[in-house]
Amino acid sequence: MELCDLSAYEMSRMVRQRQASASEILASCLERIARVDGRPGTLDAGEITAEDQQRVHAFLNVTTDRARSQAIAVDRHVAAGEDPGLLAGVPVAIKDLFCVKDTLTTAASRILSNFRAPYSATPVARMESAGAVMIGKVNLDEFAYGSSNESSAYQPCPRNPWDTTRVPGGSSGGGAAAVAAGEAPLSLGTDTAGSIRQPAAFCGVVGLKPTYGRVSRYGLLAFASSIDCPGPIARNVTDAALMFQTIAGMDPADSTTAANPVEDCLASLENGIEGMRIGLSPDYFRITFFNPETGEAEQQALPDEIELSVRRAAEVLRGMGAEIIEDVPMPNTIYAIPAYFVVSRVEAASNLHRYDGVKYGRRTAQPVSDLNQLYRKSRGEGFGPQPKLRILMGMYVSAAQYAEQYYNRALKVRTLIRRDFDAVFDRSGPYRLDALLTPTTPTTAFPLGAVYGDSVLMQYADQLTVAANHAGVPAVSVPGGLDQNSLPIGIQLIGSDYSEAKILRIARTYEKGAQDEPWRGMKPAALRAV
Amino acid sequence: MNEEITLESFNHLVELAALELTADEAEYLRAQLNQQLLAIHQLSAIPLEADVPAAAHGIAYTAENSQGPRADEWRPYADTAAILGQVPEMDGGYIVAPDVPHTTLE
Repeated sequence: MELCDLSAYEMSRMVRQRQASASEILASCLERIARVDGRPGTLDAGEITAEDQQRVHAFLNVTTDRARSQAIAVDRHVAAGEDPGLLAGVPVAIKDLFCVKDTLTTAASRILSNFRAPYSATPVARMESAGAVMIGKVNLDEFAYGSSNESSAYQPCPRNPWDTTRVPGGSSGGGAAAVAAGEAPLSLGTDTAGSIRQPAAFCGVVGLKPTYGRVSRYGLLAFASSIDCPGPIARNVTDAALMFQTIAGMDPADSTTAANPVEDCLASLENGIEGMRIGLSPDYFRITFFNPETGEAEQQALPDEIELSVRRAAEVLRGMGAEIIEDVPMPNTIYAIPAYFVVSRVEAASNLHRYDGVKYGRRTAQPVSDLNQLYRKSRGEGFGPQPKLRILMGMYVSAAQYAEQYYNRALKVRTLIRRDFDAVFDRSGPYRLDALLTPTTPTTAFPLGAVYGDSVLMQYADQLTVAANHAGVPAVSVPGGLDQNSLPIGIQLIGSDYSEAKILRIARTYEKGAQDEPWRGMKPAALRAV
Repeated sequence: MNEEITLESFNHLVELAALELTADEAEYLRAQLNQQLLAIHQLSAIPLEADVPAAAHGIAYTAENSQGPRADEWRPYADTAAILGQVPEMDGGYIVAPDVPHTTLE
């Protein structure tokens, strides 16, 4: 095993015990990037070549010099006998939606292609203070608007390391692909409708969406401010806990961060789940989707392989001491996507108005006669189709004459979705769940080009994840098997407010209970030749 | 195709959104908006009782988890030149932008 394939926990332990240096670990990750990643995404990238089709393309920008300086600093701390921090020498890949001081921070959009962040986002600063080494910025859907990474203005877009003809998911697809391919053991992502959990599921890694407000959004380029959650992507549950523990907690720079203390996730991780109540809901074993032919909503069962993976996980957890509660009702799950279409677009439109070509970012080079023309041309050239769609829909559904019909109604539906979760986690209610166990996604990774362009179908990739975003509750996706095409299947654990320690503990227990299953030994295809 | 957003209302939206679109983009975006509205219409089928409140966040902010307002303290940024260096056009310390067009309000 190469150093880059070790867990973050093990890397940090080895650095602190002087069994490996931060510089050696960084060199191993850089070598892996050189072997599997291919050319980084760029604007106006030209044709996608046969070589491109074999590569992962997770990174937009590998910050080698900065990373080497940080690794040397960690090694000096260790040599001086000082505490190098919980993430000592651990390379982390940052979704290019977070400001990192003096680095390009593009949101994978042409309109920010020249923007250098003047400060670092709080989660990034906290990881760097804990000894992490920022190895680079990873690609995403433009402004995080998508579930496949294909909408990035920077091409080639990331590909799934398990099958490079397929998408890695999104919007944190670059991060999930980088972690799965051993390019970095950790990645900082964001989750607004499933953007950490869905790519984690597609790429066979662990992704945690924390409780809303548990991790600071300071320095994050906003998508939907009432839902956005930064969180970890990792190769195992312990690493996700380690990173979560580092980045979580109150931040005066983000007034929505919660003031209550963060539970020690690592301390309780190995404590088991004896007596915990874990629910299965029929509302998560079917998808409700809009049929464009008939104009009607239709229901469809999930693929058998996905439902079976969840039921197998339930049996593993039962065997480890949990009580499995069947038939838990989550009736408002089916409205999560329509409500999200409204809430997220209104907030996205509001957040995108600041990009106008005047103060920073890209300004049109065409001659203009007045300020309005400058705005229209700069925004017309700078935004791709997904930001434009969100701006237009957000403005339409929040217009005075439609606000009651659409926006205010969607906010009320959010209350109904929240009530579903309150009812099943209520300690004096009939279900008294510690967690809900569900599939993460309705399908495994789909082929590039199969869905992109149909914005409605693409949104339904988030149907099983987005309800947790509306409710604000934490959820984690962990690998739960492989399908007949050897593509990863993700299973999801959803908990009550601020119960990250508990759902990570359940996830870790499942990981241990399933450790001997044959699929655990499988590697992504992109690594088999390495 | 659902035509809730007509060409006329679409063009008005594009104007308000300060976007310049190509003809192909406009056609694609209007079709997608109308498709999305069909999905959004599912919301109108949900029985909503009159007392269901709108939720600004899923999480409730209470005395236990709210920070309260932070001190209003001035924190100077060390390198304002680096920030101003990103402005597309500057002149003598001012950000340059074209004239604001005059319009007569009706």
